[in-house]
Amino acid sequence: MKLLQVNNLSIAFGGLRAVDDFSLEIEKGELYGLIGPNGAGKTTVFNLLTGVYKPNEGIIRLDGEDITRKNTIEINHSGIARTFQNIRLFHQMSVIDNVKVGLTERFKYSGIEGVLHVGRYRKMEKEMDEEAMKLLKVFDLDSERDTLASNLPYGKQRKLEIARAMATSPKLLLLDEPAAGMNPNETAELMDTIALVRKEFGMTILLIEHDMKLVSGICEKLTVLNFGRVLKQGETKEVLSDPEVIKAYLGE
Amino acid sequence: MAAKKRLRDNLITYGIVIALYLIMEILMKTGNLSSHLKGLLVPMTYYAIIAVALNLCVGILGELSIGHCGFMCIGAFSSAVFSKLTQNNIPTAPRFFLAFVIGIAFAALFGFLIGIPVLRLKGDYLAIVTLAFGEIIKNVINAIYFGVDSKGPHISMNNVMELGMEPDGQVVINGAMGITGTPRDANFTIAIVVLLLSLFVVLNLMNSRDGRAIMAVRDNSIAAESAGINVTRYKMMAFTISAAIAGAAGVLFSHNITSLTATSQYFGYNASIMILVYVVLGGIGNIRGSVIAAAILYLLPEMLRGLNTYRMLIYSIVLIVMMLFNWAPAAVQWRQKVAHKFIKRNA
Amino acid sequence: MSFLIYLINGLSLGSIYAIIALGYTMVYGIAKMLNFAHGDFIMVGCYVIFTICSTLSGNTFVGIIAAIILCTLLGVTTEKVAYKPLRGAASPLAVLITAIGVSYFLENLALLIFGADIKSFSSVVSWQGLSFAGGDLKIQGVTIITILSSVVILIVLQLFIHKTKEGQAMLAVAEDKGAAMLMGINVNKTISLTFAIGSALAAIAGALLCSAYPSLSPYLGAMPGIKAFVAAVFGGIGSIPGAMIGGLVLGIVEILSRTYISSQLSDAIVFGILIVVLLVKPTGLLGKKIQEKV
Repeated sequence: MKLLQVNNLSIAFGGLRAVDDFSLEIEKGELYGLIGPNGAGKTTVFNLLTGVYKPNEGIIRLDGEDITRKNTIEINHSGIARTFQNIRLFHQMSVIDNVKVGLTERFKYSGIEGVLHVGRYRKMEKEMDEEAMKLLKVFDLDSERDTLASNLPYGKQRKLEIARAMATSPKLLLLDEPAAGMNPNETAELMDTIALVRKEFGMTILLIEHDMKLVSGICEKLTVLNFGRVLKQGETKEVLSDPEVIKAYLGE
Repeated sequence: MAAKKRLRDNLITYGIVIALYLIMEILMKTGNLSSHLKGLLVPMTYYAIIAVALNLCVGILGELSIGHCGFMCIGAFSSAVFSKLTQNNIPTAPRFFLAFVIGIAFAALFGFLIGIPVLRLKGDYLAIVTLAFGEIIKNVINAIYFGVDSKGPHISMNNVMELGMEPDGQVVINGAMGITGTPRDANFTIAIVVLLLSLFVVLNLMNSRDGRAIMAVRDNSIAAESAGINVTRYKMMAFTISAAIAGAAGVLFSHNITSLTATSQYFGYNASIMILVYVVLGGIGNIRGSVIAAAILYLLPEMLRGLNTYRMLIYSIVLIVMMLFNWAPAAVQWRQKVAHKFIKRNA
Repeated sequence: MSFLIYLINGLSLGSIYAIIALGYTMVYGIAKMLNFAHGDFIMVGCYVIFTICSTLSGNTFVGIIAAIILCTLLGVTTEKVAYKPLRGAASPLAVLITAIGVSYFLENLALLIFGADIKSFSSVVSWQGLSFAGGDLKIQGVTIITILSSVVILIVLQLFIHKTKEGQAMLAVAEDKGAAMLMGINVNKTISLTFAIGSALAAIAGALLCSAYPSLSPYLGAMPGIKAFVAAVFGGIGSIPGAMIGGLVLGIVEILSRTYISSQLSDAIVFGILIVVLLVKPTGLLGKKIQEKV
């Protein structure tokens, strides 16, 4: 069963074709890697998938539903959540509140109930707290629940961003360079976390990464982008041993 | 645990307001309050209310508004029109209650309508447009002539003659002369109740699903969108509630004086900036701080009246020095160093 | 014919707004701060000219030069004492509120020294002006001088910014402070220079404003300051030709709507136009489009 189906996606900025004729298929439960040199258009693909940019051509289907023309908010509601290359947390809010923002659309009560603290307020808030704590535990952040997000160390900020994305209960999780700026220990820990997310939630994940060790260690399939075009697509081992891919990465 | 701390914090805030009220009441009852100071109590309270409203916009939503006195102006005029027209028909208590409903509703409506274009802008551009709307509201109200007679309401933008009123009619808004003869229904007790209610709304909002979404939009609107938060909706919600509370302050304003005019002194951008000063000095996003700062800073220049011409000069110097001390990176570092030394010595 | 006169009056008022807006826009572009006290620099300039002309020498030229020098010093000092320490503060509101404090300070200092009563100002332009169409169309000297001054200032500023090293440094600092510093540009000096130029322009605007509307009060700079800021935003803040166009449009709209629609509503119309422009072009007429990178 295909969860994500992208056909012939293209976008141009001015004269530059940032992403050109990009196609991709991801099965449910797969961990898929998107790699390529700097400026190859990887983040642009993420921005297209999440509705930040609208493609000039092509179709994006999530679980059979056409989401090509939807905006960012609708796409999140359809089931795609993401993290960002440069971490974007709600930095003046506590760790647990960051996650609870992700839960906003799942635990509903009216604005009046919220302002007066009556009706469903108490019950829903309690359930939200429990759900948030459950998530924080998975990411080993439960002891930091009341810490301000901006006061977390770097590695934990990355984890919190993933936890927040998971709080929206997505079908597909997009991770934009989750290991960027991490030391080898933190990277190893992150790999464990990603593996855990798959196991716990059966999550389908698409990730952009530069760290080849991480990519070859956990990704089942890879797509290599170069100058906005797909250079190679397939099983991780196969792709990484391809002479053209090696050339694109290491030069002649 | 955090929830308990938040509850305690909120209770302290209400406690401070109630304590302030009791102290003032005792001073009044024992005759220890000059009539001049007595007259300042209601204004002090409505400035605290509008400071809370503005902090919701600036600190919680994260959008700088320098036109909030415009919403206060709308609340003041709409409720004053109602009270003047009904003062012989409805008893005081329900009339004043309805005046609040009307003042708040009108301010909220304008907050909503103005929010639609304003919230599409960002940063300083947004700020200057709020200023523009504030000035437009003030100028337009100054040009309105409105009267009611047996044939119904009449309105003109030119002069009172153009209303063509029957002899039995009464002019309600007389252009730049404003509204005279609004019943003086406001008092310190009611003002404090309204302040407590405003605090209740804002503090509870901050601690709810909608409030968290609003703060998420403030901290990072791109991340908020990707987490499924409808950014526009929450911006509108915060801005409208903020305008509504400013409208409540306006109702107190117009029912505390007999002659209401839309002057720059009370409703222009300078007045809005004065409120912004309260909010920034009280701490951006710190609701309790806004109340305390508004009370102190409103009373301060009034207390300095003895110094007369020097008072505003002193006030401005205090303002500059406080800003430098509170916010300059060098001063912040120095304060941390001193605090560190102090802790070490006591350890 | 009367329409033409109003149009020229609008152009003249607009030229004053433009000169103030040029200062505003330069300071904003480089220091990234709203200098709310800018309007009060105008007032200081006016009082300096007034004092020198009425008491000390009586020479207008000396008065103007003194006003320019004093305002320049005032601008540079204000920046050093009140604004520079707040560079890098946690909230951009900090420096805005401080600027408001400076504005209160200048207004109240003037109030203390000169009193609240309105002083009448004698025009710095003694030339009577020109008559056209057999005397039907009289243009006052001060109107002509005002319009000419703004044109000259615009040209000189453009040449300064694009042809001199200091001007190029300003552009670099406006673009990216950090990168400019790495390129060896003295950022502090460049910001000081910008404040100096902006304040000198405020003094000139003051002389022209008080010649056209000859009454002095401690608050005379506040409203023209705000209007000029509106003009700068209208034209696209940071853009020098934008400030010029914004100022002229604002002045013309103000005079024409005051004449033909309502004096009560003229300010409302001016602000209304600003709102419409920003809704169509959110960064002003000639402003650069900024988009946050995701």
